[in-house]
Amino acid sequence: MIRFSHACKRYPGGYDALNQVNFHMPRGQMAFLTGHSGAGKSTLLKLIALLERASRGQVFVNGQNLAKIKRPRIPFFRRNIGIIFQDHQLLFDRTVFDNVALPLIIAGLPQRDISKRVRAALDKVGLLRKEKVYPVTLSGGEQQRVGIARAVVNKPPLLLADEPTGNLDPELSREIMHIFEDFSQVGVTVLVASHDLDLISQLPYRQLTLKGGRLVADTDPSTQEQVG
Amino acid sequence: MTAAVIGIALALPTGLHVLLQNAQQISGSWDGSAQISLFLKKSVSHRQALRLARQLRKRDEIAKVSYISREQALQEFQQQSGFGDALKALTKNPLPSVLIVQPALAHSQPEQTAVLLEQLRRDIRVDVAQLDMQWLKRLYAIMDIVRRGLLVLAGLLALTVLLVVGNTIRLAIQNRRDEIVVIKLIGGTDAFIRRPFLYTGFWYGFFGAILAFIMVYTALLLLSGPVEKLALLYHNSFELSRLDLDTTLILLISGVMLGLVGSWLAVGRHLREIEPG
Ligand SMILES: Nc1ncnc2c1ncn2[C@@H]1O[C@H](COP(=O)(O)OP(=O)(O)O)[C@@H](O)[C@H]1O
Ligand SMILES: [Mg+2]
Repeated sequence: MIRFSHACKRYPGGYDALNQVNFHMPRGQMAFLTGHSGAGKSTLLKLIALLERASRGQVFVNGQNLAKIKRPRIPFFRRNIGIIFQDHQLLFDRTVFDNVALPLIIAGLPQRDISKRVRAALDKVGLLRKEKVYPVTLSGGEQQRVGIARAVVNKPPLLLADEPTGNLDPELSREIMHIFEDFSQVGVTVLVASHDLDLISQLPYRQLTLKGGRLVADTDPSTQEQVG
Repeated sequence: MTAAVIGIALALPTGLHVLLQNAQQISGSWDGSAQISLFLKKSVSHRQALRLARQLRKRDEIAKVSYISREQALQEFQQQSGFGDALKALTKNPLPSVLIVQPALAHSQPEQTAVLLEQLRRDIRVDVAQLDMQWLKRLYAIMDIVRRGLLVLAGLLALTVLLVVGNTIRLAIQNRRDEIVVIKLIGGTDAFIRRPFLYTGFWYGFFGAILAFIMVYTALLLLSGPVEKLALLYHNSFELSRLDLDTTLILLISGVMLGLVGSWLAVGRHLREIEPG
């Protein structure tokens, strides 16, 4: 589903945020991306979502070389990826329902289908009762779940999450991770960036570790093998 | 606020255009505007002159013909010139009889009048045909200049409207920056993001045009009273013409087009600057 081949990212100013990154994530896999702050986790996710482009090397998503996707095609490419941010990126002047409905409106779905799918997504994150409220009235954990509902509402085959539990206490963090596990179980490829090692190490998923822009460890407890 | 500025910018050329239309009408309807004086040959008798007058009155392009006989001409001249006594000494009347021809309204363009003049001049009973249209030519030349000035003014004001709409839309884009970022993140196309701003531009242009219509309409209403009084002083019934349908339609269409184009340009320029990441 995701393949990095000697991918590098140099930001304007000359800083190498990613350096010669190689890895492959098969379809349906769930994995964590870890590393200290500044290691390049967000940058790696941005390359996948075409929020940034690799300066050298290649990134493939679903077999597609991202360097070949021209600017006007980017919106259509992004509709296949659900992205979840630490700061939620919700619209505070719209209700929970309208926030979650936005990807479907953008995709031009008819109104009746929209209601059905928004309710299904809110149900999955346990927020069905809150569809009519505004995001400000929700707790941090609830806001994050609205963000997840919005990311999954159009059933993308790939979910990316950047520090989704960054501001949450351990109990809420575990709940959020469980939601991701649920999606992984139904075949969605899930890549979660997090530096919360305590939480991650309790979970039986692959871990990609970045350090100073390099991939320094790649462990997978389910296969008991370690790749350098 | 934006709509008001657009309204004023649209009202100015529209109002001038309507005034120009009125000026054209006045100049056309001006009593004796382009009258042709036909000085008849001395050999033409009183009856022949009257017959010629009758013939001319039947022509479509002629509104009025008045006949001044040789005797009347002499009398008038004696009264008006102050040479009365000197002229009495003359044994023979030196003046020709005159037909004053008033071209019809629909045929009062300078070119048409010139054609008519040429035809009348060829009549064998006519000695000299003379047209006083110098001032009319000048008036038309002035109106031509005003019309060109109006075009330039309309162009400049159209540019103003574009800039005003563009600036308003730019501010609206900045206000909704977060929303635009989110929409881009979840796969919204530029067209999707552009649409609400185009609607905004459309409505600004539309309401601007409506405001302009109201302003011009009110101004004409206020002007029409004094103008009619003035016309009455000149024994001339003249009604200031209002905004006609064509002008109103053009006003609406140009308002809407300017609103749309202005917002399209603004969105095109500023949307690319907003990228998530
Ligand atoms: N837009 C940018 N321009 C310049 N440098 C950046 C930009 N984004 C990130 N960086 C730098 O790249 C490095 C990696 O950043 P990031 O990918 O956000 O790391 P992480 O998410 O692991 O904390 C950091 O040193 C950061 O300062
Ligand atoms: Mg980060």
